[in-house]
Amino acid sequence: MSEELVIEEKRVFMTGNEVVAWAALAAGADIMYGYPITPQNEVMHYWSRLAPRYGKNFLQTEDELSAGFATAGGVMAGRKAFTATAGSGSVLMQEPMAMVEMMRLPTVTVVQQRGGPSTATVIYSQQEVALTTMGGNGEGMRVVYSTAGHQDLYDYTIKAFNSAWKYRFPAFVLGDGYQAKMREPLTIYEPEKRGITLLEPEPYVGREGKPGQDRPPAQYRNTYNLEEELYEKLMSDIRDFEKISAEIAEYESMHTEGAELVIIAHGIVFRAVGEAVSNLREQGLRVGGFRPVTLRPLPAAQIKDLVAGVKKILVVESAYGQMARLLKETACGAPCEIHTMFKPGVGIAAEEVEEKAKEILHSQ
Amino acid sequence: MQIAPVMPKSWRVDNKPHKFCPGCGHGLILKCLGKAIDELEIQSRVIYGCDIGCSLLSWDFFNLDTVQAHHGRTTPVMTGIKRARPELLCIAYMGDGGGYSIGVQHLVGAAMRNEKITVIVANNTQYAMTGGQLAPTTLPGQKTETSPYGRDPGATGMPFQGAEMISAIAADGAYVARGSISHLAQLTGFLKKALKNQIDGHGFSFVEALSACPTNWRTDAAGTWEFIEKDMAGYFERGEIKVPGQKEATADA
Repeated sequence: MSEELVIEEKRVFMTGNEVVAWAALAAGADIMYGYPITPQNEVMHYWSRLAPRYGKNFLQTEDELSAGFATAGGVMAGRKAFTATAGSGSVLMQEPMAMVEMMRLPTVTVVQQRGGPSTATVIYSQQEVALTTMGGNGEGMRVVYSTAGHQDLYDYTIKAFNSAWKYRFPAFVLGDGYQAKMREPLTIYEPEKRGITLLEPEPYVGREGKPGQDRPPAQYRNTYNLEEELYEKLMSDIRDFEKISAEIAEYESMHTEGAELVIIAHGIVFRAVGEAVSNLREQGLRVGGFRPVTLRPLPAAQIKDLVAGVKKILVVESAYGQMARLLKETACGAPCEIHTMFKPGVGIAAEEVEEKAKEILHSQ
Repeated sequence: MQIAPVMPKSWRVDNKPHKFCPGCGHGLILKCLGKAIDELEIQSRVIYGCDIGCSLLSWDFFNLDTVQAHHGRTTPVMTGIKRARPELLCIAYMGDGGGYSIGVQHLVGAAMRNEKITVIVANNTQYAMTGGQLAPTTLPGQKTETSPYGRDPGATGMPFQGAEMISAIAADGAYVARGSISHLAQLTGFLKKALKNQIDGHGFSFVEALSACPTNWRTDAAGTWEFIEKDMAGYFERGEIKVPGQKEATADA
């Protein structure tokens, strides 16, 4: 007999991977399909311990291709299915996610970024931004939340399930090895008690009745015969995605009003940026911070506003400009100076950001 | 007067004739499968998955809920469905390229875990949809677009014994057989037993079906028949290889 899941609202001190497992439970996930890769492993470890207790399932597949495709299968069967991966596993995950994108399946994938390319490090990076936002042989119709800590991991994992099922695009929670492995305090809660309505999954296949007799057969494909046929299908999806983009997009900003320099970062790097901005403000410098929470779709309107009203921006990331490229595309034509601080695969501390900001401010 | 062809009840009739080439084996295998589904009266419970390659042309073939997946990935999609909803009967249908080459790790993984799904591999000794390239099942000396001088076993190996491999790695409770479009009653029987094995929850079930591709083989009717019955039969033996509760068939048994 399985227990009823009750998550009392309380402060806890956990690793990020454990947070993800609890958040998936809180979101009503039914089944996880996964394959080992560091630094994501403990998502599976915690889930596989917790799942049977609450009548939920886990399957360790033969690789990430299988984990992703099985997740698609679980979703089509009408269950809330999810997976988690990292690094070269994210590379393999692109194939199933391309199918998911094409078939408009609501999947949730948690990505705990590690160093790249190739095997690189098991530790940390922000180098899976391009892959997570635009991977696959498609148009990147995905929802990507970049989390900056453990509360985010909890909140946005829950949100990712709802966004996926609401909009029928694959959703990703983009974390990293630091968030995966370190412990932080956060508040866990039952979403309903916070007024969040969890969406119920519906089966794509295996509904009641005899197909062809009681109802038409449910037949899903990702193959198209004609260019025009594909074009029509894609444009309909693209229009859907564009229509909901402003609704999905999220950001965080601090002291951007009247700032001379705005520092832009996403994910955990924004923690360092936030600290740097506070310190610089205390020193009387007009510095602000901006963080896109969704990397796909980007908060485009806010970014356009921001770059139109500021003289200088500094883009900071633990990758060689993967987010900067997305920003530049959105900010194209803005008259502001764009400075960068790229440290691929390496963590970034507040002091370095502060120093770089001062250097930019003094270089008139 | 035209006599209406007899089609299985589980087939969709509104989009027939089907999209396969004249002489293709897929239509015959799917007819046997349709009959097996009819006889077992499981149309309401079956989820049919087809792969990339010619098998994808069957994405709207049946009056069955259907998912068309990527090359070799039909097995994990069906695994995912089965694990999420064990009451459904999941069939993964693919060619020998999908089953034995690009998706072989999924086939092995599913067989090792004794997934309660049914995998059917149509073996026509080459990649058909892409224009007739060398496959793991290509016969020695057989000419394909990527072995234009004939398959050289020294360079590219011998025809892959997929069903025998599955039999070797699958646990007790698995069902493994090889049939052929040249023996339709037998093939239907194998497919029925494979599905029954899934219904009974014994374990993994697997049927390889020897199939024909006159388009890429460049054979006429007589040549096609001879290739299946003589050439292919020399490497791929028809019969049941693993049956739950029975001693495994061996070469010298």
